[in-house]
Amino acid sequence: MLIKKGAEADIYLEPFRNVLHGAGQGKVMVKQRISKRYRIPEMDRQLRVSRTMLEAKLFSDAKRAGVPTPLVYEVDREDTRIVMEFIRGRQVKLILDSLNPGLRRKLCRLIGRYVARLHRAGIVHGDLTTSNMIFTDEGRIYFVDFGLGGYDSSIEARGVDLHLLRRALQSIHFRITDDAYRAVLSGYRREFGKGAGEVIKRAEEIGRRGRYIQKEARACR
Amino acid sequence: MLCLGIEGTAHTFGIGIADSKGKILANVSRVYVPEQGGIHPREAARFHAVNARRVLDEALNVAGIELEDIDLVAFSQGPGLGPVLRTAATAARALAARLGIPIVGVNHCIAHIEIGRLTGRIHDPVTLYVSGGNTQIIAFDAGRYRIFGETLDIPVGNCLDVFAREAGLSHPGGPNVERLARRGRRYIQLPYAVKGMDMSFSGLMTEAVRRYRDGAHLPDVCFSLQETAFAALVEVTERALAHTEKKEVMLTGGVASNMRLRTMLELMADEHRVKFFVPPSEFCRDCGANIAWTGLLAYLHGVRQRLDDTEVRQRWRTDEVDVPWRGK
Repeated sequence: MLIKKGAEADIYLEPFRNVLHGAGQGKVMVKQRISKRYRIPEMDRQLRVSRTMLEAKLFSDAKRAGVPTPLVYEVDREDTRIVMEFIRGRQVKLILDSLNPGLRRKLCRLIGRYVARLHRAGIVHGDLTTSNMIFTDEGRIYFVDFGLGGYDSSIEARGVDLHLLRRALQSIHFRITDDAYRAVLSGYRREFGKGAGEVIKRAEEIGRRGRYIQKEARACR
Repeated sequence: MLCLGIEGTAHTFGIGIADSKGKILANVSRVYVPEQGGIHPREAARFHAVNARRVLDEALNVAGIELEDIDLVAFSQGPGLGPVLRTAATAARALAARLGIPIVGVNHCIAHIEIGRLTGRIHDPVTLYVSGGNTQIIAFDAGRYRIFGETLDIPVGNCLDVFAREAGLSHPGGPNVERLARRGRRYIQLPYAVKGMDMSFSGLMTEAVRRYRDGAHLPDVCFSLQETAFAALVEVTERALAHTEKKEVMLTGGVASNMRLRTMLELMADEHRVKFFVPPSEFCRDCGANIAWTGLLAYLHGVRQRLDDTEVRQRWRTDEVDVPWRGK
């Protein structure tokens, strides 16, 4: 059953036994990267295959680093799809605004800690938004999409990650952005330890860099 | 009510005249073309100052009105190049003071969206605004135009122009790259940089120049450069569309004239069964009509400015602007 038509992939929820083998119980999620007619075929294929393979590896490496992610059951290079554990819960995007401030900050701190764990493991997420995080009934947060992630330990890449998260908060949770981002940073600092300040500073710098400053830098050249 | 709008953010000095029904009575422009290299802000500003009077006379002439018929002056307050912005602002202040009429500063990026909404039967689009100075994916949400994605370094138009210059292609760079790209056959893999909702084009530009210098066939490089840069633009626009669940996509800005980009965006819009719209080309380019119409909208919805508040804002972000004419 198609449950989400995303921008780059379709997400299906299927009975385990239909997709994998007859002995399995429950449901699985299937992430199928779809071909885009607007891209030339060479590029389309290359992007889909490399993103599928990379994402599967990121899921398991993130889990090893202590960030809850769905378990990967199968990776299909030909069909550019990943079969993975189905995480029951709600998108953080949908609940964050309505939570009481205390719980909201706690959640944001946890998100910050997870981002720090990814970074310490050499991973950058590349698409940190609250629609990619699932809040389960047990109160855990799962990172369920590594579609734009990668391996990069530079301050710049980590800074971009934090900057993107702040941008996502600004565009989706504009009423609580500052408070939420502060909590994210406090969790990040605590988990990352030494060097966190440098990344946070870089994230701010990236934000300021935006288009209009570049334009002037260019003008002065 | 008649509004005279003055555009001056980069190459173009333009004056447009609009009435409160949305009719554009005149839209006259002069475009500064650097003798070599990229835009030089002070020279562009000088060009604008020298041409201001002539553009004004021509606009009044086309509209068939006298200067005294104007009820409101609007100008591009930002974002843009400082000296150029100040020239347009000075002209606007002089007119407002001399005629004793109100003045309104307009955000250049938002003016591109509003003229699109005026000229197309679209109401609430996700806008891909691409030019030599800006690359943004914008959608209206909760009282503001919010930037859903933007370039982290150079604008896509600048990426194409600089590549063109480095490859020895003449002005205008973008259209020449497009012309050559049509003859390209072989796709050369170039760095594709979508980071979340943002994009980066400087690495792509550098690599394309490097490939060209290493002897790759120029049409192939142009083709690959376009395919790579545009795929990133369309991908982020698609993500914004999926995220906002809007039903319309608009393409505007100078790079909107590129037929390959139009085709790609149209294919994407088709897949999502949403409407795709490109404003008439004179409004995709920088021009005074955009400013005049948006200034009018602002004024009619209660925006008032004193002369002292008209200082230019070089880095005025799209999401900092109040847009009372769109409600909440």
